[in-house]
Formats: sequence, C-alpha cells, structure tokens
Amino acid sequence: MKKKGAKLRSPAASLPKCPTGIQGLDEITGGGLPRGRPTLVCGGAGCGKTLLAAEFLVRGATQFGEPGVFMAFEETEAELKANVASLGFDLASLVRRQKIVLDYVHVEPSEIHESGDYDLEGLFVRLNHAIDSVGAKRVVLDTLEALFAGLRNEAILRAELRRLFRWLKMKGVTAVITAERGREQLTRHGLEEYVSDCVILLDHRVNDQIATRHLRVVKYRGALHGTNEFPFLIGDTGISVLPITSLALNHKVSTKRIATGIRRLDAMLGGRGFFRGSSILLTGTPGTGKTIISANFAQAAARRGERVLFFSFEESPNQIIRNMHSIGLRLEPLVKSGLIRFHSARPSLYGLEMHLATMFKEIAAFQPAVVIMDPITSLMDSGTPSEGKGMVTRLIDFLKAGQVTSLFTSLTQGDHAPQQSEGAMSSLMDSWLLLQDFEGNGERNRVLYVLKARGMAHSNQIREFLISSRGVDLVDAYIGPSGVLTGSARAAQTAREKAEALASQQEAARRKRELERTRAALERQIGGLRSEHAAGAEELRRVDEQVGTQTRLLTTGRTELGRLRQADASVTNNTGDNHRNGKGPS
Amino acid sequence: MSPAPASHRASKSRRAAEKLWQLRLYVMDETPKSQAALSNLTRICESHLKGRYRITVIDLLKHPQLAKGDQILATPTVVRRLPVPVRTIIGCLSDIDNVLVGLDLRAGD
Repeated sequence: MKKKGAKLRSPAASLPKCPTGIQGLDEITGGGLPRGRPTLVCGGAGCGKTLLAAEFLVRGATQFGEPGVFMAFEETEAELKANVASLGFDLASLVRRQKIVLDYVHVEPSEIHESGDYDLEGLFVRLNHAIDSVGAKRVVLDTLEALFAGLRNEAILRAELRRLFRWLKMKGVTAVITAERGREQLTRHGLEEYVSDCVILLDHRVNDQIATRHLRVVKYRGALHGTNEFPFLIGDTGISVLPITSLALNHKVSTKRIATGIRRLDAMLGGRGFFRGSSILLTGTPGTGKTIISANFAQAAARRGERVLFFSFEESPNQIIRNMHSIGLRLEPLVKSGLIRFHSARPSLYGLEMHLATMFKEIAAFQPAVVIMDPITSLMDSGTPSEGKGMVTRLIDFLKAGQVTSLFTSLTQGDHAPQQSEGAMSSLMDSWLLLQDFEGNGERNRVLYVLKARGMAHSNQIREFLISSRGVDLVDAYIGPSGVLTGSARAAQTAREKAEALASQQEAARRKRELERTRAALERQIGGLRSEHAAGAEELRRVDEQVGTQTRLLTTGRTELGRLRQADASVTNNTGDNHRNGKGPS
Repeated sequence: MSPAPASHRASKSRRAAEKLWQLRLYVMDETPKSQAALSNLTRICESHLKGRYRITVIDLLKHPQLAKGDQILATPTVVRRLPVPVRTIIGCLSDIDNVLVGLDLRAGD
C-alpha cells in the first residue's frame, strides 16, 4: 500500500500525500489525504465517520509507522476501543505500545459555566501534549461540533477553531476532523469554512429498503481525485471503498480450456469448452434449465478435482442437491469432500455492496477455480441498474484477476429479445449461452445456442436441450419452413423423413423393375424382328435364285430357239439385250 | 436548571461550607487574562468564603499533562474540587453573578 501510494504520486502532483491504508480510498484520492493538512470528513449519523477516522489512525500506526492521536468528544476511551474492536483493530494494544493516544474530551454543557473572556488553550495544550508524547503524525478530532453544544460563546469558539486548524497545519500533522452533515451546508456548524484542503462526504442511503454507504471526495485542493460517489463497506477488516472506475483491464489470460460437463456443448464451443478464467453468461426464461447446466458445470469441475463455489440466491443448497438428483447428478459426495461449496443468501438480506464483500471474502477464503452465481439477475435487481452493473464489473474483475472461471445465470422474462434486457451485462461476458423454450404442438421444448464465445470457433446451430433422468443431452433441432422443430414435432419430422425416404426407395425399385420389363420386351421385339429379317433375307435369296434359274432357262430356251430358227450371228452376240428384252415382259 | 434542586444544592453546600473549599484555577501562562481571572476569583472568595477556601493555580504551559485530569478545554478555568459535586467555570470570571451561580454560592434565577 505504501508503495502504491508512492507510485501514484506523480511528479506533477507535488502535493505530498498521506496514505490512509483504507482499501480503495487511496486509489480514489491518488495516494491518500493531503499530508500535514486537515481533512474534513462529514456525514450523517451512523455513516461511518468515526470508524473511517479510527482506521486512518490505526493503519497509520500499524502499516506506515506513524503514531496518532485520537481526540474523542463523543465517545469515551473504553467505548472507542470496544467500537473499533468490531473492525478487528486492537486499539488497547496500540495505546499500550504508545502508538496511539486516546484522549476523551468531556464536554457537558450543563456542567460548564461561562464568565467572561476565555480561549481554548486548554484544548491546544492537551492536543499538543498528546502529539508530543508519542511523536504523532496523525490526529483525529471526533467531532469538534460537540464544542458548539458545550460552549455558548460562538464568536470565541469560531475564532479558536480557525486558530486550531492553523496550528494543526503548523504542527505538520495530518488531521482528520469529523463533522455532522448539515441541512444546507456540508456540516451543521460550517466547519468546512476552516478546513478547505480536503473534504470527504459520507452518506448512508436507503434505496428500496436496502441501505448502501457511499463516499465522495467533494474537494481536494491541489490534487486530482475521483469525484464520483463510491460505495463503501464496513466489514470485519475495516472499511473498503470499492472504486469502479479505477480498476484497470490488465488481467492475465489463459488459453487452457475447461469442459462444461455436457459433451455436445463442448463440441459447440470448438470441441473443448470454455476458456479458463473467462466469464460466462447463461440467460434463459424460467424453467429452461439454467441451474441444471450450472450444476453440470460444477460437477464436471469438481470431478476434475477443482474447487467450485456455488452462490445461490434463490434456492437453498439442499434444494439444489435434491433437484439435481432427479436428473442423475449426485452433488452431495462432492459437497462432502469439500470440492463444491454452496453459499445461499437471499438478495434482500443486505445491500449489493455487502453481498459483494461477502462474495469477495468467500472467494478469497475458498480459492475456487470455478464460481457460479445463480441467478445473478435477482441479485442485480436489489440495486439500481448502474449499481448492478458496477457490481458485476467488479466481481468479474476480481474473479479474472484470480483466473477464476465464472458462470452467471440470468433470468429473462418473456420470449422476446432477451438480448436487450441483458445488454448491460453481456458486454462484460466472454461467452454467452442462450436457453429458450419453444411452444408448439401443445408442448414446450428447450433449445440452447451459443450467442457468443470470444476467442473460439463456435457452432451457430440451435440445439435442442433434453433433460431426462439420465442427465442432459443436446440434439440437433430441425429448422423447417415453420420455424425450429423440437420435441414431438422433431420426432414427427424424423418419422416423416424416414417414411419419405422409404417411399422414394420403393418408387425407385419399382421404376427399375418397370424399366427392366420394358427393356426385356424390347429385347424380345428385337429378337422377333431379327428372325423376320433373317426370314426376309432367305426369301430374297430364294427369289434371286429363282430369277437366275429362269434367266438361264430363258437364255437356254432362246439359244435353243435361235438355233432352231437359225438366227444370225449378230443376234446371237446380243444376248444381253435379249435378256433385257426378255425380262421386260416378264 | 430548575430552581428547586438549585436551592436544595445551595442548602447542602452551606452545610458543606463549614469545610474547606478547594478551587483549582487552570491558566495558560501569565497573561493578562490569567491574572484577571485570579484576581476576580480571589475577590469573590474573600467576600463569600473568607478563610474557608484554597486556590491552586495550575499553569498548563508548565504542566500540560494536568489538563486531561480535570477535562480542561478552555483557559482560564476554575474547577471546584470540593465540596462535591465538581463545578467548572470558564472565562476570566469578569461576570461575578455568573461565577456565584456557577460555584453554587447563590442560586440561579
């Protein structure tokens, strides 16, 4: 912390700072309170002024080697010791070791009579003596306003207060002065008039019946500071301011993958599941199986020997274990062996900040590899949207810094555009699975798809998500002209396709047979024709033979006739013509 | 302060007045204010408690550690240690009536 404070002190900001050691406050103020100057801490009753001041002193004494003086006007030393003991501070021991001086200034208006002129040298002397006795560097005055009740002469009091703050500056101590919040000004008695270097405002607001503390640096002369209102907590280790905006994005990333416990889901995520240390959002309408997927994920991790912390905001651990039994998930052995730990708390139990602090503490104590928040939305609903987003941001940052894989389930209402309602959270998430149910055919069926998965090739397909007593399974869903087909419609479609395939097979066979028949008929026809053809050829040959025989006979006849008629030689030589002539009449 | 208990206390203090009054005057250094307070106190005691009082002057400049014991805030401060109850008056005691009321030497109006 000391190192951090030194690092934040840039050369441009020449104002020396005094680190408070209060978690988060030094980040907002860029290193701490202005060193050697008074700081005013104001706020209403019960907003934590005294505790902040006390922690400033205790941390100064224990972490930064700076002794301190606590001048209390309202609580006695014994009360103060008891009150800060609840934050784990052993004030009594610090007093014994001369690290801190407690001085209770008793101001009882009814016991003090005033007569004539006076000054507050008595107070100065006491403070001076206390500072010198331990060499104090830090001073707390809690709260000077008690003087306004005790002393009637306000003119003297104001003059003396002005002198006191000048004197404190001269003394070189870093002082924290607490004051009650005023109606129209920062403090009831206008102390801000005297303390102008740094003013911190504390606030305790009840929003929707849930109280949240806020801290704001109203003014910090000569230094840059966060002007936002930051939620803060009073836990059992002190105050922690939770700056949202000062968190840096420099987490280590892992390329290792972890399985989801559902094989088909792993397949959809590039075959190997999620990245280790990534944040996963699982959104779905009621009853779509968010907790079931979470429980599968938890079981898979625990079976690998990793610790899983399951934050449940709506169901008790026993209820989840019993319900998961029905789908064949046995979580209780893993819970017994200490690999799965449940933490159930109603969101309305306390404010978001307290939830966040509790979660941080649980996570730090259990050191899980996987954290599940089921459902994160019911937790977010207990604050304003911006508070909710801030909380998730800080949670994810915290988890990522520790390389913890986180699965957040988110309940969406209605079937339409769940993307919109989760828009705020989605940008923080590395992977986003969407569970939806389809209604049709008188039934409701679940589907799952991967909306995004940063850094990995993932399936764009809608899968039907089946839950049975044997566990969960993903099957291909049909996308038909009427939309996605699931459940019995998908089964009907499968049957229909099967029947259609069978019918077309039969049709093909029939056609084949028919074609074969036609071909055989043609073959037969060809055979008939061929024999007809052969018969024709035979006939032709016979005719040819007949004609040849006739011609020969005729020629022979002619020759015989000529010889008989004693024809001349020329006639005898012109046999061809005669043959032709002879043929003509035939 | 209601008159009844005041007069009651006054009667009680008269009985106690037989004993010695112990007064402590806390001052800061020898300033005119300190001196005025001391002379005012002495004058009041001389006229009301002659021979029955003792004034101890404590200079916080020399003994700062003594400021805590009597819950001293302002200077000058007179603390009536005896008779009980302890009473405290701050200021240079210029308003005599106020001092008399404060020390229970006269009931307040």
